[in-house]
Amino acid sequence: MFALGLAGLLVRRNLIFTLMSIEVMLNAAGLAFVVAGAHWWQPDGQVIFIFILATAAAEVSVGLALLLQFHHQNKSLDADAASQMRG
Amino acid sequence: MLRLLWLIPAIPFASSIVLALVGARISKKIAAIIGVASIATSTVISILLTWSFLGSSLPKNSYTQVLWTWINVAGFHPRIAFYLDALSLVMILVVTFVSFLIHLYSAESMLESEGYSRFFAYMNLFVASMVTLLLADNLLLLYLGWEGVGLCSYLLIGFWYSDFKNGLAARKAFIVTRIGDTAMIVGLFLLFQHLGTLHIQELMRRATEQWPAGSALPIAAAALLLGGAVGKSAQLPLQTWLPDAMAGPTPTSALIHAATMVTAGVYLIARTHVLFTLAPPVQLAVAIIGAATLLLGGCSALTQPDIKRVLAYSTVSQIGYMFLALGVGAWAAGIFHFMTHAFFKSLLFLSAGVVIDAMHDEHNIFKMGGLRKELRLAFVAFLVAGCSLAGLPLITAGFYSKGLILSEAWSSPQGSAILWLAGVVGVFLTALYIFRVIFLVFFGEPKTPVTKRPAYKIKIPLVVLTVLSVVGGFVNLPPVLGDEPWFTRLLHTALPSVGQEHFGLLTEVRSEEFITLAFLVGLGLAYVLYHRRRQWVEVLVGNRAGKALHEFWFSGWGFDWYYDKLFVQPVMWFARVDKSDAVDTFYNGVADLNKLLYRGLRRTENGQVRWYAASIAAGTVVFVAIALFL
Repeated sequence: MFALGLAGLLVRRNLIFTLMSIEVMLNAAGLAFVVAGAHWWQPDGQVIFIFILATAAAEVSVGLALLLQFHHQNKSLDADAASQMRG
Repeated sequence: MLRLLWLIPAIPFASSIVLALVGARISKKIAAIIGVASIATSTVISILLTWSFLGSSLPKNSYTQVLWTWINVAGFHPRIAFYLDALSLVMILVVTFVSFLIHLYSAESMLESEGYSRFFAYMNLFVASMVTLLLADNLLLLYLGWEGVGLCSYLLIGFWYSDFKNGLAARKAFIVTRIGDTAMIVGLFLLFQHLGTLHIQELMRRATEQWPAGSALPIAAAALLLGGAVGKSAQLPLQTWLPDAMAGPTPTSALIHAATMVTAGVYLIARTHVLFTLAPPVQLAVAIIGAATLLLGGCSALTQPDIKRVLAYSTVSQIGYMFLALGVGAWAAGIFHFMTHAFFKSLLFLSAGVVIDAMHDEHNIFKMGGLRKELRLAFVAFLVAGCSLAGLPLITAGFYSKGLILSEAWSSPQGSAILWLAGVVGVFLTALYIFRVIFLVFFGEPKTPVTKRPAYKIKIPLVVLTVLSVVGGFVNLPPVLGDEPWFTRLLHTALPSVGQEHFGLLTEVRSEEFITLAFLVGLGLAYVLYHRRRQWVEVLVGNRAGKALHEFWFSGWGFDWYYDKLFVQPVMWFARVDKSDAVDTFYNGVADLNKLLYRGLRRTENGQVRWYAASIAAGTVVFVAIALFL
């Protein structure tokens, strides 16, 4: 699932899909924590998953706000269009 | 009262720091008040000190104030301590007083210039360093002041730094004096190595005890110190920087490059006179350098069209007189000439500054003329100072100091007829070049209209210095004219007097008559050539020999040319040839490698988010792999 998300991130140029791919990767990591917690009978995995959810929520809100601004300026959601700040 | 001594350098130093820190944020008026008041306070303190020094009877006629130990390491412990005796007393009195007058003058004359508060910060720092130099009780502290005045000289020559030429002149002054300073610091190492101290009085005592006169060590030490003095005082062969130093503002030229800093070399030799007495060949060299420089300066001054350059060569020539005096062992006469020279030369510069300002920054004396009615005060001041410089008999200060030097150049044990003759020829040249300027600038037809007249802040220093240029000589009357050598008697509490005098053919009166004669011939010749019959000058420089001589003198005997050929060009050639030796190749290689890395890494900064994400992922994979399999 993590590999799927990573592939999406690398292949897709649309920023909405980029965000979604990041979301998939986060959830993959969360799932790994939960499974690991279940395997060793530890509650920590689930605690970490709650943290990841909170982080993901924050990330999505900030990401969407940036995305709106980006669309406002560039009239597109192409990630490669944001390359004018290259060094 | 004497305990106030430390305040004389401390106050100008403090005010220079204040001006440097807040100078940009205060008005010109406040900057001028801080800058001038600090020097005024120092002047008042040094006058009070003189009063109490003369009134008290101190052991050994000196007073030492120890502030703290500067460095304390392995038997080397120079102190921050000030030493006051008749010599340093006279010097600080003249330096602070002339500085005060020049500061007052520049409060007015610098008003329209950029960097008003910066100017006062530099000038105050200069006064602080100069006083430190004069009062230092050990040679290391003296060297600190010595470098301090060098730095201020550099900063002030290049004061109008936006003109590239001024920066070059500043650099030249700094580098040329540095050659002398290097010799001097080597001399200090030598003295410490062999005598184990740098404290001046102790050093002199040990030198007389341990070194026989005329042996190699005192000769080497004195010669190295002489190197420093020659650089700072613009004497042969390091005199080339002073004429170019005239790129600075006129008050700077008056204070630093005429009245005070350039006489630091004279002070150094007088201060360490014991060493020079132990090294007769070096002392003879001092006299010869002085005599040669005074002739060189006089000849070059005769051909310059720029009024400030005339005065600069004149300074070179007058310091030559002081060196001549020191070289024949007439220490007090040298210091006496320093004092009168400080008065009349700063007056010459200040009144020249008035003229230059009045003519829209015109320096060429051939474009001036007929100013004696327009600028009456400047004319009177310049005339009095010029007469004093040339030695107008009986009434001017310069006559007394120069007369003393010349009669001792003849009569002292180290003196000789040739040195005396050089001095008398110098008097003739001095009268000729200074009256050339006076006739060209103040007489004849007006050529440029006068646009600006001096205000009272400029007039006060002119008047005071005019008076001093006349009465400054009366403190030391020679035997034939009242016999009241008060000044030399005071200085002889710190410096030895000339040994057994021998007059032979010439008496003191005769010597003075010859000076008068030389002065009158010079004046008369200047009157004929530059006032009545100007076309005769054309005839003189018209033929080939005259033209060549003019060129030769104009370039200051071509020293710049020799130095260019001897030192500058070989070094430049070597630098060009040796551009890529092994060391350079290595460092260039390092630079090239970095450039290559930069080019490679720049590629990764392409601004594409997906590319970054892929790099992060690939990097993670690599590191995880390393962690797992290694």
